[in-house]
Amino acid sequence: MALIKFIQQLSPAVYRLTVAAPEIARKHRPGQFIMLRIDGNGERIPLTVADKNPEAGAIDLIVQTVGKTTYQLCRLKAGDNIKDIAGPLGRPTAIEKLGAVAVIGGGIGIAPLYPIAVGFQKAGNDVISILGARGRDLLILTEKFAAFSSELILTTDDGSAGAQGFVTNALQKLLDAGRDIKKVIAIGPLIMMKAVAELTRPRGIPTVVSLNSLMIDGTGMCGCCRTTIGGRVQFACVHGPEFDGHLVDFDALLRRANTYKDIEQKRLAKYLG
Amino acid sequence: MTEKILRQKKQEQTPQARSRNFEEVSLGYAPERARLEAGRCLQCKNPLCVSGCPVNVKIPQFIRKIKEGDFCGAYAVIREDNYLPAVCGRVCPQETQCEGRCILGRKNEPVAVGDLERFAADWAAANAAAGKRQLASQRAARAQPAAKIAVVGSGPSGLTCAAELNTAGFDVTVFEALHEPGGVLVYGIPEFRLPKNIVRREIDALAAAGVKFELNAVIGKLFTVDELLSGKGFAALYIASGAGFPLFMDIPGEDLNGVYSANEYLTRINLMKACADADTPVLRGRRAAVVGGGNVALDAARSALRLGAEKVYLLYRRSRAEMPARCEEARHAEEEGVEFLFLHNPVKYLGDARGFVQKALVQKMELGAPDTSGRRRPLPVAGSEYELAVDAVIVAVGTQANPLIKDSAPDLETGRSGYIIIDENGKTSKNRVYAGGDITSGAATVILAMGAGKKAARAIGGIL
Repeated sequence: MALIKFIQQLSPAVYRLTVAAPEIARKHRPGQFIMLRIDGNGERIPLTVADKNPEAGAIDLIVQTVGKTTYQLCRLKAGDNIKDIAGPLGRPTAIEKLGAVAVIGGGIGIAPLYPIAVGFQKAGNDVISILGARGRDLLILTEKFAAFSSELILTTDDGSAGAQGFVTNALQKLLDAGRDIKKVIAIGPLIMMKAVAELTRPRGIPTVVSLNSLMIDGTGMCGCCRTTIGGRVQFACVHGPEFDGHLVDFDALLRRANTYKDIEQKRLAKYLG
Repeated sequence: MTEKILRQKKQEQTPQARSRNFEEVSLGYAPERARLEAGRCLQCKNPLCVSGCPVNVKIPQFIRKIKEGDFCGAYAVIREDNYLPAVCGRVCPQETQCEGRCILGRKNEPVAVGDLERFAADWAAANAAAGKRQLASQRAARAQPAAKIAVVGSGPSGLTCAAELNTAGFDVTVFEALHEPGGVLVYGIPEFRLPKNIVRREIDALAAAGVKFELNAVIGKLFTVDELLSGKGFAALYIASGAGFPLFMDIPGEDLNGVYSANEYLTRINLMKACADADTPVLRGRRAAVVGGGNVALDAARSALRLGAEKVYLLYRRSRAEMPARCEEARHAEEEGVEFLFLHNPVKYLGDARGFVQKALVQKMELGAPDTSGRRRPLPVAGSEYELAVDAVIVAVGTQANPLIKDSAPDLETGRSGYIIIDENGKTSKNRVYAGGDITSGAATVILAMGAGKKAARAIGGIL
């Protein structure tokens, strides 16, 4: 059981939950995720940890309402309990001093990017942050990123905040301007990570992406999150969730992400009444 | 001469009824039948059945108690050597163990040792407050303070080790990665073969006897082996994390939607209760193909039927004689309508435009010379490929070692396939760290895993 200490609505569809999980808070490293199950009938879903407070014994989860489970989670109140929470899972991000590093977050992917970006900054890198979303409501954590980024670029599809366009437009500009970027870390929708990887590939810039695959146990037992990386079957939960963006087969992942779409839509409609 | 009594059949749900529900297939013996069956035992002076049992249950003795009508006494005899008789009676491959060595089996059918074991265990659980609970609470007086021991994994091996150590007076904590204890007994083996309330009953009894369970605790991630030994203050560790890391065949199309590992398929259905319409979905294929010939493959095939499939194929690359599954499960699956395609192997899966599996391209095989396993090696027959229309594929070709613990303990020696190396007492290369079950042997049986747990418990007891 994990107690919800605090829940805050960040935008119409995005919530921050502060959850008591002392051991996970102590052990978590940037890039790692947790699995949770709300109740005895619930599914296990992976969520990345957006922040942690080891002294208070708590972790922050930032959740967008997408399906039944995330709606249910965001409707919980402070004082409610989450039945099961396990982690930290996956391999931590390899953080090292390189020079200028571009961190690119799309939508809810901005949340897991935050501890990674802070890690790179603390390791002595210049962190250029590019954050994008469909509209300003989904553009989260911009103030937190402003606090440590050497440069912060915002984009929205509809132009309601920052520059109108995609994160890749912003990255393209930086690259065209001849900026010496040593590494790119991109977390967001598959289609965004694919576009970033295509942009950096011809320039040979190492690009790390974080996969938010379907999972059940999150410990390597089921193989649901398998993906082919450079010709080898890898499990996002154990070998990832971060992989070399230039080796990821995004088209296969896009297909797999739709496996339960029909079932999930029906479930959600039923849940929302 | 007395009239010869034939091996007593236990009651079963009819194939028609059971192939559409998840309730237990076998209903077991009524007391009269159990006593009749027990009467068939010759009570051999040198019982071969006992040597066929990996934990050497005193088989003639417990069978004699059943014959005499002392069912609780029978249960007590089994429990001296086997911590989970209700489980083993249901899932052990008796035909290659105890029953395979029974003298009666040379000319007729062997004594139904497994069914009798199950009968005694179920009877004790249902009727014997005195029998079962007394046993569960037996524990040697604890040394003050009792040494703390950590058991990693709550499958059959971990549970057995925990039970033994608890009885010996140690302070035992079992760490389980999932939200439910039981390991493969709850995520893998389906309800229709091993009802979950039986597993629950054993775990509750252990907890009542003082064993602590820490769920959602992924060792290697939440705590490393060294952290358990130092900061957490455990005097010794028993690692029984299983081999649950599914293998795929590395053929084209294995990442199509609707292609599952057996672990994933069974976990969705059993642990996550997709069969009862819980929140975790599972694709209910109309035409399913299961690849493999072991118990796990049969469990998956029979689950697919129960989820409503009209057609379920079992693709096995060898022939019936080489199938590693329990005879009874193969018989049950066939009765229920699973279609066995022996000497068949998939070479490729084809999908529709949305990425859902539509067809399996299968190849016929023939048997060549024996391979390292002693079984005849299957060889592809050139030009024999044909397409099978399927909308679900379940790959049950085995598992390998899960790397999580090893990754966090580089000084824990493992072999070529990642399995932890142990000596004859279950000790690893690391001081005070023992291991057993599938994480050392590769995928094997429940009873072998239990035997390893028992052996390691004695070794741990010896060093502390």
